[in-house]
Amino acid sequence: MTAYLVKGASIVGGEPADLLIRDGLIVETGAGLTAPAGAETLDAEGLVALPGLVDLHTHLREPGREDAETVETGTRAAALGGFTAVHAMANTSPVADTAGVVEQVWRLGQEAGHCDVRPVGAVTVGLAGERLAELGAMADSAARVRVFSDDGKCVSDAVLMRRALEYVKAFDGVIAQHAQEPRLTEDAQMNEGAVSGRLGLTGWPAVAEEAIIARDCLLAAHVGSRLHVCHVSTAGSVEIIRWAKSKGWDVTAEVTPHHLLLTDDLVEASPAGAYNPIYKVNPPLRTREDVEALRAALADGTIDCVATDHAPHPVEDKEAEWGAAAMGMIGLETALPVVQLAMVETGLLDWAGVAQRMSIAPAHIGRVAGHGMPIEVGATANLTLLDPSARTGVDPGAFASKSRNTPYTGLTLPGKVVATFLRGRPTVLEGKLA
Amino acid sequence: MKRHLISAGDLSRDDALLILDTAEELAQVSQRSIKKLPTLRGRTVVNLFFEDSTRTRISFEAAAKRLSADVINFSAKGSSVSKGESLKDTALTLQAMGADAVVIRHSASGAPHRLAEWVDGSIVNAGDGTHEHPTQALLDAFSMRRRLGPLDGRRVTIVGDVLHSRVARSNVLLLATLGAQVTLVAPPTLLPVSVGSWPCEISYDLDGVLPKSDVVMMLRVQRERMNAAFFPSAREYSRRYGLDRDRLGRMPDHAVVMHPGPMNRGMEIAAEVADSPRSTIVEQVTNGVTIRMAVLYLLLGGAELEGGAQ
Repeated sequence: MTAYLVKGASIVGGEPADLLIRDGLIVETGAGLTAPAGAETLDAEGLVALPGLVDLHTHLREPGREDAETVETGTRAAALGGFTAVHAMANTSPVADTAGVVEQVWRLGQEAGHCDVRPVGAVTVGLAGERLAELGAMADSAARVRVFSDDGKCVSDAVLMRRALEYVKAFDGVIAQHAQEPRLTEDAQMNEGAVSGRLGLTGWPAVAEEAIIARDCLLAAHVGSRLHVCHVSTAGSVEIIRWAKSKGWDVTAEVTPHHLLLTDDLVEASPAGAYNPIYKVNPPLRTREDVEALRAALADGTIDCVATDHAPHPVEDKEAEWGAAAMGMIGLETALPVVQLAMVETGLLDWAGVAQRMSIAPAHIGRVAGHGMPIEVGATANLTLLDPSARTGVDPGAFASKSRNTPYTGLTLPGKVVATFLRGRPTVLEGKLA
Repeated sequence: MKRHLISAGDLSRDDALLILDTAEELAQVSQRSIKKLPTLRGRTVVNLFFEDSTRTRISFEAAAKRLSADVINFSAKGSSVSKGESLKDTALTLQAMGADAVVIRHSASGAPHRLAEWVDGSIVNAGDGTHEHPTQALLDAFSMRRRLGPLDGRRVTIVGDVLHSRVARSNVLLLATLGAQVTLVAPPTLLPVSVGSWPCEISYDLDGVLPKSDVVMMLRVQRERMNAAFFPSAREYSRRYGLDRDRLGRMPDHAVVMHPGPMNRGMEIAAEVADSPRSTIVEQVTNGVTIRMAVLYLLLGGAELEGGAQ
């Protein structure tokens, strides 16, 4: 395997240093290293080196919706976005609720080779919320599943949720809950508030998320289990999670880049036109106050990590009237730039904070070995090099993702991933797939 | 005026008054034995109805025909739409046919906004989901003005299922623009949670509001709503929010009763109230054609009205 000498990168935003990468490891760090024979040198002056990003929440759509995304295209997008590991959500067709399906997804990831694919197992059979899927079989499979989620649907039955939380303790698993009280959100179309009232769209009230999070925190505390809350979207949810953490309960949470930047008034007025389903997502975009609370919570650690909820959809599923359009946005290739815009350029996080929330914390929550490690001698060489001074206009046509449903079209975002290394092998060089 | 009429909020006060005044002129035409004007000759108006609404469709059809436009009725039932054709493909078809105006009724809020992205012609919203129905609000304002004179300072009470009502949304916006004072009366379950930010007053007490009302507009309430716990029973709804003869008696003598139709007689409105001389319900239908003529005329920039009858 080729050795690489990365020259002069700012290590998680700190002092510039050289990194020598060989045999999948960081073997030497320091100033003025010289390239050994056969090593390639990368001039990384002005670039920030981060531990390879880890996404806890990606929809790769395969098997079943290969028209929207495949493991191959989705992991290309991930690598270009600086990710070295992604968690593939279970709401495929067939659902990833057996060892067979999770192993298939895991193998597809291995074959593609752009980043590690960690399948998420469904909590309940067919995501139907009725009986537990064979969680242990998925945990013991080649895919070594540790994160279980019915994402897209909420495990709303309190007994089932309790049992799931308890059961996965045997293999150090975690239940990642999509917190959405189903009765309060029947036919819900967007955040319930002033905008939904004016637009005549059925509201998705904040309480439908908060009530489930509160219940699940109490359940997790009662049975002494680990709970992870997917895509937190409201200020009230932040308060509940802050309270649960103050009790010492093992609760973690994620926020998406889009919930850190976008608000529900875009549904009413945006350059893309009113009622443009490009802004339709679940949980929905909320208000400015929610965005501020989410940013503050990510900064102070109440929310542990950023997760993309990359949700590809083909054009025809979005070019429709609002009520008929699919929910979701792609996000792998814009996650780091949006976090730079919303968190770094606002002074809320430094690069070490970004490394914590986009690599170290998600790797820890997902129990992903070899990822989310500090950049030091002996660590696995999973690395992302970012040019924070770059400014790029978002062009959906340029994405590696098979889908184009980005809400950032036309926006100029800061930061560009220049290189990504997966166990010492470049998956991205000069901003292109290696 | 803007190119489309999608929301009553798109109309400035001047726009709204221009429509009402134009309708007043056109109303004269409607009283002639020959009701047709040549102003939109050669122009094509498409009635694109994804939802059954015979009364609104024939109102627009009559309006367009009285202005000599060619009218194409495109009903989603029995067309390619029911076979899964997307709104966009339908829009592209209309665009290729060269529609000058598309009148759209759709069960999805915001469908007219989407359509406006894909066709060049003027879009007229004939009711989109639970969002808006601006020509209904215009014909209501026209009907009020004919009975009561200018609407500045007039007190309009709108009663019923505001949450699901496109008529209420358009009326609140237009009446605020025209200077009327609107009060919404409904059980709290049938008001949007954010209704406090609307340009109107809110009350849960119909009897308290009636004596101060110049206009009482009753909205249709679907009985099925009680199955989703919006209210306990049709009987209780009717008792608390229905307009019966006793309540009619509490209104000032000059005050009028309106209803956009179709009515649930005995539910939100008693039969004798609907049929009383205080009711504008039949006039509203007549005025609907007139106001839609005015809207099509102004959006499509028809030839001078002085062209006279054919």
